[in-house]
Amino acid sequence: MRKKRVVITGMGVAAPNAVGLDNFNHALQQLKSGIRFFPELEKLKFSCQIGGKPEISEEIINRYFTPLQLRGLNSSGIIYGVIAGSEAWEDAGLSRADADAPDWHSGIIFGTGILGVDKFREAIHLIDDGNTRRLGSTSVIQTMASGISAYLGGILGCGNQVTTNSSACTTGTEALIMGYDRISNGQAQRMLVGSCSDHGPYIWGGFDAMRILPSRYNQNPEKASRPFSENASGFVPGSGAGALLLEDLDSAISRGATIYAEVLGGDINSGGQRGEGSMTAANNEAVIKCIQGAMKNSGIKSEDIDAINGHLTATNRDTVEILNWVEALDRKGTDFPYINSLKGMTGHCLSASGSIECVASVLQIKDNYVFGNLNCEEIHPEILAAISSKKVPVSKIDSRINILAKASFGFGDVNAVAIFKRYID
Amino acid sequence: MSETEIILKIKKIVEPYVQRLEGLNNFREETDFLKDLQINSANLVDVVLDVEDEFNIEIDNESMEGMLTVGDAKQIIQRKLNTN
Repeated sequence: MRKKRVVITGMGVAAPNAVGLDNFNHALQQLKSGIRFFPELEKLKFSCQIGGKPEISEEIINRYFTPLQLRGLNSSGIIYGVIAGSEAWEDAGLSRADADAPDWHSGIIFGTGILGVDKFREAIHLIDDGNTRRLGSTSVIQTMASGISAYLGGILGCGNQVTTNSSACTTGTEALIMGYDRISNGQAQRMLVGSCSDHGPYIWGGFDAMRILPSRYNQNPEKASRPFSENASGFVPGSGAGALLLEDLDSAISRGATIYAEVLGGDINSGGQRGEGSMTAANNEAVIKCIQGAMKNSGIKSEDIDAINGHLTATNRDTVEILNWVEALDRKGTDFPYINSLKGMTGHCLSASGSIECVASVLQIKDNYVFGNLNCEEIHPEILAAISSKKVPVSKIDSRINILAKASFGFGDVNAVAIFKRYID
Repeated sequence: MSETEIILKIKKIVEPYVQRLEGLNNFREETDFLKDLQINSANLVDVVLDVEDEFNIEIDNESMEGMLTVGDAKQIIQRKLNTN
C-alpha cells in the first residue's frame, strides 16, 4: 500500500519563554529568555536555583479548563499539555466531538516523563497520615502517565488510538514520529502528537543531585543556558508542553486546512547502552545511524538539509553532538547547514523539549527564518574546528528553509530524528 | 441546624459537579445525584469529602453507599451531627 503523506495543520505550545503559538513565534525571533530564579529552590538548598516554567494566566486556565476540572488540579504537566494540545486542535480548525460519539479518525500520542508529581506528593502525605480516604477522585487520573492523553482525549473526543509514550528527553519527537507512522499507514486521519513535563523541585531535584545543572548563574539566570559554548556548565531545567496536529494530506486538503509543513518521516533507535553509550550518554554510532536512517526513510540526501534544530542541551556533550552531525551528514565548515538550539531560551524542557522544539522547527519553515542561538557568543573551539561559526547564528536570520532535521536524545541511550519539509502542492 | 439550612449547604456543595443544571432548579429531597443532576459517579467521593469539610463530620463507606439523593445526604448529616 502506498504510504499516505502527512502534514501539520495545527500547533500549540506552553513554553517557558512564551505561551501560545503567536507569542512563541515572536519570542523565538526576539531571542526571549524564559529562565528565572526561583526562591523556592534557594530555600530548598538546590545548587541550581533557576529554571524554565511557562507563565500561565488565569484567563488561559479558565479558557481551557472547566471549574470542575480545576477542582484539586495540581498536575502542572496536565495543565501545560491540555493548553498546548487544545490550542493545536483549535489552530487546525477542528471542533470538539459532540456529546454522543467520538471522532473515530482522530487519535492522540502525547508523551511525558513523569506526571503530576505535586499531586502525587499531596497523596503521599495523606496516605502516610492514614488519610487515604481523603485523596479524592482525581489522584489516579492526575498521576497516571497517560493522564495527559486521557484528559485531552476526553476534552476533544478522540476515538482513534489515545496513548502516552515515554522515552525521557526524546519523548516529544518520538511521539511525532509514532503519530506520523499511524497516519502514513492509513490507520488514522489525524493524530494530535506532543509531550509535556511538570515543573518544580520534585522534577528537577534528581538532576541537581547528579550535578549536571549550572550552579553559578543563580544571580544571572538568563545567561545560564549556553548551548555550543566553551563555558557551558550544564542544562537549565525547564518544563511545559508542545503539540502538533498531524493530518493525512488528503484530509487536510478536503477540509481546506492551513498547512504549516510536511513531515517526511524520521527514525527512532537506541544505542543499547553499549560502546560509549550508557544510561546517560549516547552511543555515537546510534546517533549517526538515527540521523542517516531518518534521511533514508524520508527519501532525502544530506545536501537537501537546510537547517538543523539540535538536541544541544548546553553541556559538554554539545561538541559530541555536532561531530555526530558532521559525520552523519558528511558536511562540515561552511557547507554545514544552519544549526540552532532552543534551549538557550527555554532551558531543557525534559520530556516536553522534543515537542516544543518541533513546534519551533516548523515555525521557522513556515515563516522563513532561522532563530538565533541565545548565549552562544563563545562557541567551543572543537565545534568551530568542525563547522563554521556562520552556521551557528546568534540572532535571527531570514532564510527560506526547505528541509529541516530535528533531533532529540534521551536518558536510556535513545534517539529520535524527524525530517520536516516546506509544503508545496 | 435546620433541615432547610442543611439542604441549602448541600446544594452549594454539589453545584460544581452538576452536569445537568436544570436539576438544580428543582432541588429537593427527592433529587437524585446521578439521575437528576448527572453528577459523574467518580465525583461522589469528592462530594462526600466536601460535605465532611463543611459539617466537620466523617462519613464512612457504608453511609456513603446509601447516599443517593439529597434527602439521604441530609439524613446522614443529621445523624452524624447528632452523634458528634
